[in-house]
Amino acid sequence: MPNEEYNDVEGGLGIIARRVIAYIVLILLTFLCLFWFYLLFINSTRSHAELNRGFTLMPSKYLVQNFNNVIHGTQPIMTGMRNSFLVAALCAILSTYFSAMTAYAIHVYDFKAKKAIFTFILAVMMIPTQVTALGFIKLIGNLKLMNSFIPLIVPSIAAPATFYYMKQYMESALPHAIVEAARIDGSSEWRTFNTISLPIMKPAIAVQMIFTFVANWNNYFTPALVLSKDNMKTLPILIAQLRAADFLKFDMGQVYVTIALSIAPVIIVYLFLSRSIVGGVAVGSVKG
Amino acid sequence: MKKKLLSSLLSVAMVSALLVGCGSTAAPAAEAPAAEAPAAEAPAAEAPAADAAATDAAAPAADEGKVLNIYCWNEEFKSRLTDHYPGYEEVDATHGKIGDVDVVWTITPSDDNAYQNKLDEVLPGNADAAADDRVDLFLVEADYALKYVDEDVTLPVADLGITDADVANQYQYTKDIVTDSTGKLKGVSWQGCPGVLIYNREAAKEVLGSDDPDKVQEAVKDWDTFLATAKKMKDAGYKMTATANDTYRVFSDNAGKVVENGAIKVDDTIKKWVDMSKEMVDAGETGTGDLWGDDWSAGFYPEGKVFCYFGPAWLIDFCMAADDEASIAHAGGWGATTGPQGFSWGGTWICAANGTDNASLVGDIMKKLTCTTDIMLDIVKADNDFVNDKPAMEQMAADTSYGDAVLGGQNALAMFCAGAEKIDRSNMTIYDQGYTESFQQAMKEYFEGNATYEEALDLFYTSVTEKYPELTY
Amino acid sequence: MATEKKKTSQVVKYNKWGYIFLIPFVVVYLIFQMIPLISTIYNSFFENYMSGLKQIGPTWVGLQNYITIFQNGDVPKYFGNTMVMWIAGFIPQIVLSLLLAAWFADTRLRVKASGFFKTVIYMPNLIMASAFAMLFFTLFSETGPINSLLIQMGMIDTPYKFLSHVVSARSLVAFMNCLMWFGNTTILLMAGMMGIDNALFEAAQVDGATSTQVFFRITLPLLRPILLFVMITSLIGGLQMFDVPQILTNGEGTPMRQSMTMIMYLNKHLFSKNYGMAGAMSVFLFIITGILSLIVFKFSTSESND
Repeated sequence: MPNEEYNDVEGGLGIIARRVIAYIVLILLTFLCLFWFYLLFINSTRSHAELNRGFTLMPSKYLVQNFNNVIHGTQPIMTGMRNSFLVAALCAILSTYFSAMTAYAIHVYDFKAKKAIFTFILAVMMIPTQVTALGFIKLIGNLKLMNSFIPLIVPSIAAPATFYYMKQYMESALPHAIVEAARIDGSSEWRTFNTISLPIMKPAIAVQMIFTFVANWNNYFTPALVLSKDNMKTLPILIAQLRAADFLKFDMGQVYVTIALSIAPVIIVYLFLSRSIVGGVAVGSVKG
Repeated sequence: MKKKLLSSLLSVAMVSALLVGCGSTAAPAAEAPAAEAPAAEAPAAEAPAADAAATDAAAPAADEGKVLNIYCWNEEFKSRLTDHYPGYEEVDATHGKIGDVDVVWTITPSDDNAYQNKLDEVLPGNADAAADDRVDLFLVEADYALKYVDEDVTLPVADLGITDADVANQYQYTKDIVTDSTGKLKGVSWQGCPGVLIYNREAAKEVLGSDDPDKVQEAVKDWDTFLATAKKMKDAGYKMTATANDTYRVFSDNAGKVVENGAIKVDDTIKKWVDMSKEMVDAGETGTGDLWGDDWSAGFYPEGKVFCYFGPAWLIDFCMAADDEASIAHAGGWGATTGPQGFSWGGTWICAANGTDNASLVGDIMKKLTCTTDIMLDIVKADNDFVNDKPAMEQMAADTSYGDAVLGGQNALAMFCAGAEKIDRSNMTIYDQGYTESFQQAMKEYFEGNATYEEALDLFYTSVTEKYPELTY
Repeated sequence: MATEKKKTSQVVKYNKWGYIFLIPFVVVYLIFQMIPLISTIYNSFFENYMSGLKQIGPTWVGLQNYITIFQNGDVPKYFGNTMVMWIAGFIPQIVLSLLLAAWFADTRLRVKASGFFKTVIYMPNLIMASAFAMLFFTLFSETGPINSLLIQMGMIDTPYKFLSHVVSARSLVAFMNCLMWFGNTTILLMAGMMGIDNALFEAAQVDGATSTQVFFRITLPLLRPILLFVMITSLIGGLQMFDVPQILTNGEGTPMRQSMTMIMYLNKHLFSKNYGMAGAMSVFLFIITGILSLIVFKFSTSESND
């Protein structure tokens, strides 16, 4: 920081001042972002009675006990975690892969129905999930897919918002020239998409994978509609059930521990994927 | 039991929980892992069964269904059955065995109405379902009991072999709540939930000069004296009650029907609650938080500075943080007295589902758990429940060796007994639950000065008609 | 493959792949979203609800359900609430995100530990909205720590009921939404920036452009597609706003339903299994989202290709 920038005769603020402002804002935001995790952690170390009594910033000593209560409680937390992971991971993979494929179809090819389909997808992108929930659940009942993961996973293939993001990203990062070049090299369309275009899309795919994974991991809405068997339930449903426990068993400590437990894997997946975004894989492939 | 929850906090998921009802899920299949089930006459699992077990712990008639499906919203009844029903063996969290019959528990939290949605979904077609999937027994709470009792989805207990003589020891109000419009009794309960006024002994000594229940009763004997005492409490730095909603049930339990001929009514008694509460809120003598919220439970600790709560036995023993060293309850710092008016809060009723293929077993469960004095005494001793058996409770009330630690050793059972006799719940409608929630929410806006009484009333009507579109006002 | 064909037939041959690649999306969409949507719309023309255990209807009532939700003023009110809270959260969110994305991309600023910051800002989104709102609720309750803090600092003498006043209730909702989503937006924008050719920045730097100039002249215009995406998805998310105000206000939209959103209202009807009214509300929501998105979409594209 002590060194002056060589070409530092700028309009506006000096570089040092800007840097200071940037750091202050970033540190403030970091606090605002991480504080909640700290709070969750603190709360999960406290007993139900302590939680009732009010708020504190100091951890207490009930973490292990709360954890044991959860593990040995009536809720199949570990199965729930596995279920959640299965659903969220498959959704993330299917959703990003097929959205990229759909976007690729619209971006690269020229066919009659293209404009119509694109407009249609944009239009349906806006439909809130809740709007179709009534019909969705009836349909699932008719298809005999209650208590199955299929209605949670398969619909993610048609994710208009993810598609739209991919499409936008392709516009700035996937020039037609690359596809043309591949064709001249004799690559089949299928291969071009999978081995040439997808790698270019890596940052976008990583971003959308995170979003989709997190959204599905935390999703309560659809799973609660579809799953009622204990060994099929996902974490958010189990958390809701813990919170709904009767007054004899109700234990906020357990609720917080479960929430903390449910956040841990997401953070791990996130940290894992965020690297591939931050690394900036995209740069260069366009020029090449 | 009026579920404690921050039903608010939970309802994130509200939308979905509701919708669960319109699916067509079948009850969890009857795949009870019967593998290593012990011989039929295995030793009765837990302690108190001893004497009763001798009579007929045996399995039900052989022509009955193989699976007993029980629907409920929490584990309370399961632990009652496990501990006190002779012959029940637990297999795992959601399965058990009674003789040759597999018991399958379907536990749906009552949050966001999920439990009722589940019942609504399965009960109407119950008689046509496959034998092993049929609901045999389900539980209901007071606030919505009539919704099921007044339909033919529940069987009269007389059909299960339970006579008037069997239930003679039960408190009348527990029978009124589950009596349908033709006068048939359609459910039974092992609990009685008469409420009392629970006061902070410290505050009573400081402000009223004594913490003796009779002296304190003098200061809260009717609502006018209650208000006068509230002023004194306020001057001494105490809130009279934690929130305005604390007193709601005391009034509403003594009011008329909330809906008559399809029209929503606000009874004069309820209006009195509104006026009194507004006065108290404006004077800073009570708060506007929700029951079960942080602001409500703050008074369980000395620094919360709350003079009194209204509640039944279960509130005292289980909800006032007695296991926390810093709480007033832990130190035995509460006292109980009758208060301005009697009322009841909560309770769980056992109903038999129409279509059950285990009628005599269901009847037997009802009889054992709600009509057998010995078993009920065991429940009092083991679980501190206030049971629905007059002789049992009177016996306990007279027992000078019995005292409640939370109440500083006071034996308040006589008060509860007297209260339970006086409760009249014949005014229940199927709308009580939704009405109560909407009314408290709307009046909160009035108390907090965000609306006039008329505006709050409009909000209330809007809210109730959203829940029950068929009602008018 | 077959390169001996004429050019036109080759193009046709390629373009057939457009249809093939669309098949999975279209099939899944039709089954899992189109059918439910149609049945929801169909339901909206009927009186159809549960009274206790009794099913009332379905009776054909035409547009009655629509007339009802408009006549009693519910819909305009909740639509207004929703938009106010969305805008109040979105403006700070987009400003913050652009600022951060610009800082991270600024080669002269050289933010140290930027990897750490980039990672951290997204984290609030990892917590379930319900759990997050629960924590907020505790913090801002009457007996909560924020009130004790304010009292200790002498700023107020009686606890302030944050959720009983319009401005504070709405602000809390907006603040939470902003906090939960600004990291998401920043990541999207950064991913967009990575797609921009680095040579452009280098050239600008050589020409002596200031960071501000680079940002407004190069970054922002090139980010337009991604910005548009952010705007539209955020709008959709905003119109669907539910969890946060639902939990913060006990599902009641206190005070006087002034923080009640459209989905919260929809929820009320779903609660009473009023499929007719819920259907009408859903269709209205569908139409309004469509119109709004169209406006945003037109507005942003017409500017770019004039």
